[in-house]
Amino acid sequence: MTRIDRKFASLKAEGKKAFVAYIMAGDPDLETSLEVMKALPGQGVDVIELGMPFTDPMADGPTIQLAGQRALDGGQTLTKTLDMVAAFRKGDDTTPVVMMGYYNPIYSRGVDRFLAEAREAGIDGLIIVDLPPEEDDELCIPAQKAGLNFIRLATPTTDDRRLPKVLQNTSGFVYYVSITGITGAAAAQATDVAPEVARIKAATDLPVIVGFGITTPEAAKQIAGVADGCVVGSAIVKEIASGKSPAEVAAFAGSLAAGAHSA
Amino acid sequence: MADDLINSFMSGPDEQGRFGIFGGRFVSETLMPLILDLEAEYERAKTDESFWAEMDDLWKHYVGRPSPLYHASRLTQHLGGAKIYMKRDELNHTGAHKINNVLGQIILARRMGKTRIIAETGAGQHGVATATVCAKFGLKCVVYMGAHDVERQAPNVFRMKLLGAEVIPVTSGRGTLKDAMNDALRDWVTNVRDTFYCIGTVAGPHPYPAMVRDFQSIIGKEVRWQLAEQEGEGRLPDTVIAAIGGGSNAMGLFYPFLDDPEVKIIGVEAGGKGVDEKMEHCASLTGGRPGVLHGNRTYLLQDDDGQILEGFSISAGLDYPGIGPEHAWLHDTGRAEYVSITDAEALEAFQLSCSLEGIIPALEPSHALAHVMKIAPTLPADHIIVMNMCGRGDKDIFTVARHLGVEMNG
Ligand SMILES: Cc1ncc(COP(=O)(O)O)c(C=O)c1O
Repeated sequence: MTRIDRKFASLKAEGKKAFVAYIMAGDPDLETSLEVMKALPGQGVDVIELGMPFTDPMADGPTIQLAGQRALDGGQTLTKTLDMVAAFRKGDDTTPVVMMGYYNPIYSRGVDRFLAEAREAGIDGLIIVDLPPEEDDELCIPAQKAGLNFIRLATPTTDDRRLPKVLQNTSGFVYYVSITGITGAAAAQATDVAPEVARIKAATDLPVIVGFGITTPEAAKQIAGVADGCVVGSAIVKEIASGKSPAEVAAFAGSLAAGAHSA
Repeated sequence: MADDLINSFMSGPDEQGRFGIFGGRFVSETLMPLILDLEAEYERAKTDESFWAEMDDLWKHYVGRPSPLYHASRLTQHLGGAKIYMKRDELNHTGAHKINNVLGQIILARRMGKTRIIAETGAGQHGVATATVCAKFGLKCVVYMGAHDVERQAPNVFRMKLLGAEVIPVTSGRGTLKDAMNDALRDWVTNVRDTFYCIGTVAGPHPYPAMVRDFQSIIGKEVRWQLAEQEGEGRLPDTVIAAIGGGSNAMGLFYPFLDDPEVKIIGVEAGGKGVDEKMEHCASLTGGRPGVLHGNRTYLLQDDDGQILEGFSISAGLDYPGIGPEHAWLHDTGRAEYVSITDAEALEAFQLSCSLEGIIPALEPSHALAHVMKIAPTLPADHIIVMNMCGRGDKDIFTVARHLGVEMNG
């Protein structure tokens, strides 16, 4: 059982939807992003998705692209991101942390070394956008062996024929991408998402969390209402980009969490 | 992998789209079903005579193939060594080898019922070729081009617009070819139903590297029979040389000779200001290490943390921090040799081709020619070199003028 599994078990027992908040590690600088991260659980955020900056974020829209650039310009590295999680863990041993990003920085470090360091730092799961099931031998299987969850994206193009392959080596939860597109694009309607979530849930016992395009507490409520929870990224990153203080950013995330929890 | 363990260098990629450890399908889940569909369609087309009949017809009547194999006699004399042939793909319609591949992909797109074509471009040659074939078939065409390249390749931008394409200057990242490819991929994940992504080189997720190579292989296949015609039955080149951005004109020339061990194969990367620790170059094999970008594993210019570096070259078409995965494999197996040529050396070759042969080359093949200039004098007169003159220099005259200190109002 990882922290992710425990969190979803306790949310289920309470009959509560999950709220997942995404921030970019090192955006706009290491200290500020760590402060935001530390403040999120107190605002009701159930799971933290921590972005690892990459020069070529092919699945991200401008908001998260720029966040990554700010982080890299500020000197963020994979080592600093791992240290950031370790620092967070000193004050919080229960909130799951999922690292999200692209494969090359991990491959560059070496998969085995990275997995050992990630576990040591207190990371619970990975979402790596450019590793589909066809490349499971690269990181997915070694990560599961190392005791980390490997969370897979399912998308509107994942048809019934392909779904079993996508679910096969997934653990923790399934992240349903509600639209075909990049992060920060227009939102999907709950009425469109509901049958897709039902389709996935019929094929797995894992929680299904929906993300992409959710920006308001009302939307968080709507989407969480037809799934096991929802993720918000770009809307929170925008608050950081506009220069809001960590407390203000966390409070904004809190309003989204309240939306999801009211579903 | 040792040389003697490989029966054939022409059998790759494997089922996973791998050439050794290189290649693969490193894309987001949204795109995975699309590239599987493309692979299935390409596999069907490969053995479908009507597909190749259509290609042959267009290659002949629209592109102007076969392109000549030309004995560059004054250059040969000037360098005083090996006998030099140029494969004249710069005479193709649209002025480069790029259209060989675009035709294949657009015919596939039509077979798949796609109505909107997207492409990335660096020098603009692939963009122009794509816009051209889209105009011919009445398809909507959107070309992503780094904002920096839009500036330095202005004539090609105007050409694409004349041909009815929408050119989108890419400002994300640092605004060069790799960023254009990122934005094209972002477009594709957004428009999955009607859009076909026409990649311009032997890179990207499987099946692109193999498919683009197959379409470009017409270059090497022609060289085989053309050289036999001019030099006698069975005569193969002793050395084949081509410039490498992503590596498509090079794979096209090299592939039909991979299993002829007597043919020496040399790829020429862009050395920019010099291949050293300042990293102001695009020589991925010489100055990079294996990594994963744009759907495949290959040699990449990257920092210690796995962040991708910007390339640097006088030639927009070579300005890419990666290289096709098959080249990475040919490099590691030792079947091909890879060298680099600096901006200054390429400029010198550019001028020599103009003055001795009356051929204004693109800056990309000028790199290949510069390496010919280095090795030809050291080789005997019966040594035959075939270099790929894969593009004409019309697009580059402003850049060259600037480097030569000539003022021009273009
Ligand atoms: C004339 C010419 N040669 C070469 C290239 C580089 O591409 P590749 O290495 O795929 O042939 C380009 C790209 O724009 C080009 O225009």
